[in-house]
Amino acid sequence: MVTILLVMLAGILIGFAINRFPRMIKLNDRLISYAIYLLLALLGISVGLNKTIIQNLDKIGVQALIITIGAITGSVFTLWIVYRVFFNSGKNEGV
Amino acid sequence: MKSSLIILSFFVAGVLLGITGNVPKLFIQNDFSLYALYVLMFLVGIGIGADRNSWKVLKTMKIKILFVPFGVIVGTLIGTAIVSVFIPDLKLKEVLAVGAGFGYYSLSSLFIARISGETLGVIALLSNISREILTLLITPILVQYFGKLAGIASGGATSMDTTLPIITRYSGKEWSIISVFSGVVLTLLVPFLVTFILKFF
Repeated sequence: MVTILLVMLAGILIGFAINRFPRMIKLNDRLISYAIYLLLALLGISVGLNKTIIQNLDKIGVQALIITIGAITGSVFTLWIVYRVFFNSGKNEGV
Repeated sequence: MKSSLIILSFFVAGVLLGITGNVPKLFIQNDFSLYALYVLMFLVGIGIGADRNSWKVLKTMKIKILFVPFGVIVGTLIGTAIVSVFIPDLKLKEVLAVGAGFGYYSLSSLFIARISGETLGVIALLSNISREILTLLITPILVQYFGKLAGIASGGATSMDTTLPIITRYSGKEWSIISVFSGVVLTLLVPFLVTFILKFF
């Protein structure tokens, strides 16, 4: 996993070097989409082959939703506090 | 929204292939998804480095803007830690790691599947996709009751792109820079946080 993170950092440096070439950036965006499609299809295949997951899909879905509700509620509350403490002095001035 | 549907359909197609057993042996035996993940991370890195807008945002920021992504991280971790009580099947760190996807479902689910197995990977995929979809649905209400940052909070990493339009619409244009900034920071942190939580907790 550390290797993957290093690979990403290398990408960031290269990206910084090519940020004047919009065509390459566009090409890069498209390649990212293809890579994501491929990887999620592969993840899908191994999930489809995994009987335990398929049989428990409803349970897994409920667990996922519970986590989402916790994540959203928690962040909305913390940022409500952040908003009132740091951003709401006087009129809404934005940044 | 459209792009998440396309991505989801690739996943579903893969699942159907797997269930029907119509999978060439090549796919099952070779672990080339790891190499594909390397390629993806490299490309994602290039995308981040090449995005001049993100760097511009950094120049215009004030210190207090840092509290936004930081607040999302703290809030997400606290919120998911609390609800983990209702999910006895999963360890605390697994629930936290799923939350630490911050809506960046493609990357977080792939990372989590690789570290902790496919079941948790699927949970991460569903949970983080629903974070994006729920944000699109409830931002108008959230902003009304919990302040202008509520949509940015709910959107997590997606506040830089997919949920940015709805956030800008209901919080106002002046919040879009903060929204992009928070989304960029969270997006950058997803792979690090997820790995850290699952490996070192």
